Amino acid sequence: MVQRTVTVGSASGLHARPAAIFVKAAAAQPVRVRAIVDGKKPANAASMLAVLALGATQGTTVTLEADDDAAGAGRQAVDELAQLLARDLDAEPGDG
Amino acid sequence: MGETLRGLGVGSGVAVGPIAKRGAPPELPAAHPVDDVETEARRARDALVAVSADLAARAVRCTDPTTKAVLDALSMIAADPDLDEEVRSLIEARTDAPHALHAAFEGYRELLAQAGDYLAERAGDLADIRDRVIAIVLGVPVPGIPDPGEPFVLVADELSPVDTAAIDTSTVLALVTERGGATSHTAIVARSLGLPCVVACPGIMALRDGTVVAVDAAAGTVEVGVQGARLVELRAEGADREARLAAVGGPGRTADGRAVALLHNIGAAADLDDVVDASFEGVGLFRTELLFLDRTERPSVAEQRDAYARVLRAAAGRKVVVRTLDAGADKPLPFLARRAEPNPALGVRGLRLARELPDLLDDQLRALADAASDVPGAEVWVMAPMVSTPGEAAAFVTRARNVGLPKAGVMVEVPAAALRARELLVECDFLSVGTNDLAQYTFAADRLESSLQDLLDPWQPALLGLVASCAEAGRLLDRPVGICGEAAADPQLAVVFAGMGITSLSMAARAIPAVRLALAGRTTAECDEAAKLALGSVDAASAHAVVAGRHRGVGS
Repeated sequence: MVQRTVTVGSASGLHARPAAIFVKAAAAQPVRVRAIVDGKKPANAASMLAVLALGATQGTTVTLEADDDAAGAGRQAVDELAQLLARDLDAEPGDG
Repeated sequence: MGETLRGLGVGSGVAVGPIAKRGAPPELPAAHPVDDVETEARRARDALVAVSADLAARAVRCTDPTTKAVLDALSMIAADPDLDEEVRSLIEARTDAPHALHAAFEGYRELLAQAGDYLAERAGDLADIRDRVIAIVLGVPVPGIPDPGEPFVLVADELSPVDTAAIDTSTVLALVTERGGATSHTAIVARSLGLPCVVACPGIMALRDGTVVAVDAAAGTVEVGVQGARLVELRAEGADREARLAAVGGPGRTADGRAVALLHNIGAAADLDDVVDASFEGVGLFRTELLFLDRTERPSVAEQRDAYARVLRAAAGRKVVVRTLDAGADKPLPFLARRAEPNPALGVRGLRLARELPDLLDDQLRALADAASDVPGAEVWVMAPMVSTPGEAAAFVTRARNVGLPKAGVMVEVPAAALRARELLVECDFLSVGTNDLAQYTFAADRLESSLQDLLDPWQPALLGLVASCAEAGRLLDRPVGICGEAAADPQLAVVFAGMGITSLSMAARAIPAVRLALAGRTTAECDEAAKLALGSVDAASAHAVVAGRHRGVGS
C-alpha cells in the first residue's frame, strides 16, 4: 500500500470546482484511491459525495492511499492526486 | 382588490401575469417489496444516468462560469459510484427504487449537512437532484421551471442554479422568491437577465398557480389577485413601459442630456453578436481570461492578437476597454503553476502577477497593440485589474505606452485606490470601478460567503462613498470614470451614479435598456439629489428606500 499526506491548497477547500477537478482525476486512475481525513469515514476519491462529506477546507490534512502493484500504478495515482490537492484549484470568475 | 405582499425588490420594472410555481417534488408512493431486483436496479440506474446527462448538457450550454461549475459538480453527484452502490444494495434488500433512491440521497444529505456550513447549499442541491431522479423513476413530471403555456411570473421558495440556468426570458416575466436576499443567487440572475424580481417575499408560496400578480421590483411589492380595471391599468402601464424601453434608443443620458455611456461586459467576440446597432456605445469590460483558461501553456502573442482583433472588428469602431489578465492567487491558471497562498483574495492577483511574470503582461499588451493595428478605426482602451497605488498605475501606463497603446487606465477595486483616486487618475487616462471586489475589500467580506451578503449590498453607503470619491477625481481632472461591477446594471443605482458624475456604466447586454430608460427619466438635478440622498443614508436599506421612494414612478 502506498500513502501520501498533503494539505488542501484550494481557497474554498475541497468543494465545488476543486472537488470536481479532484474527483474527475481520481476516477480516471486505473486504481482505487482512498482519501482519509482524521475523524471521518475514509472516502472513495472517485466519489463526489464522499469527497464533499470529508468537509476538507484549505489547510486540512488529507492522506491519500492506494494498493500498489508491480507497475507502480498506485504510487503514480497517489502522487498525481496529491499534487492536485496541494494546488489552489479555485477559479472563481467575476469582474472587478 | 387583493392584498399586497412585500419583499426586497431587485432591479426595476413592473410585470403583470399569472404565477407558476416551480414544480413540486414528486410524492413517494407506498413502499412495496421488490421481486425482480435486476429490473428495479436498472430503473434506478437509468434515472441517475438520465439526470446526470441532463445536468452535464445544461453545464455545456451554460455561459456563466460559476453556474457552469455548479452544474458540472451536480452532474457528477448524480453519477456518483458510491451513491449507485448504496442504491443497489438497498434494492438488493428488496427496497423499491424510489424509496432506495430517497434513502440513499437522504443519507448523503445528512452527511453533507454535518460536514460544515459551507456544504449546506450543496445539501439543498442534493434534494433537487433526488427529486429529479425519483420523478423519472415514477414517470411523473420532473420538478423544475414550469411551462404553463403562456408568459408567467416564476415563483419559488428559492431558485437553484439548475433552475436559473433554464430560465427562458421570452416566457418568464418576473421572479419572486419566498426566501433569499439582495445578493442571493436569484437576485444576481435577475439583474443579469434584466427581469423584475422580488426576493424574501413571505406569503408568495401560499398563492395558487394562475393567480395574477403585479410584481413591482422598484417598490419591492407583489400585488395579488389583480383583475378588472386594475389589470387593464397595469397592462397599459406595462405596454407603455415596453414602448418607452423600445423607444429610448441612442446613447445613455439623463432627461436633460448629461451623457452616461452604457457599455457592454463581454468575454469574447461572440458576445457582440446581435448587439451592435445604432445604440451600441462600446465595450466597457472585455475580460481576457477566456483565452487563458484550461491551458497548460500560455497563448502566444499571435493567438492573442487574433482573438483581440476579432473583438475589435465586432465592435465596429466603438470603444473597447480591455482588461489585462485578471488571474493569480484567486483564479489560478494551469500554466502559471504558482505556489498556494494562504489568502488568495489578498495575494498575488491581477496586475500584481506582473511582479513575478512581467513578460506575461508585456506579451498581452503587445498582442493588443498589434490587434489594434490590424483593425483600422479600432478604439482600444486598456486597463489593469487590482491596482492599489499611483506608482502601480504609472508603471502600467508606461508599459502600455511603450507598445503604442494610446489609452491606459486602471481599475479601482481596492479601498487604497479609491482613497487616492485623484492621485491615481493623475497617472493614467481613466478609472473603472469594479464594485464587486471593491465591496469585498471595503467590508472585508468574502464575495462567496453567503452569510455575509448583507455587507456586500451595493447600496452600502460606505461603498457608494468610495465610488463618489472616484467620480469626484474624474470631475476634477476631466477624465472618464466608469463602473463595471454588478452594481452598474441596477437602474436605480445608475441614477445615483449619474448624480455622482460617473461617465459610463458597463453591464450585460440585457440590462442596458432598463438602465437607459431610468436615466432618460431623470434630470441631472434629480440624479444629483438621488446621489446626495444615498450618500447621506445610514445603511444600505435606507439608501435604497430613500432613492426608490423619491424617484419611483418615472420610468421604473
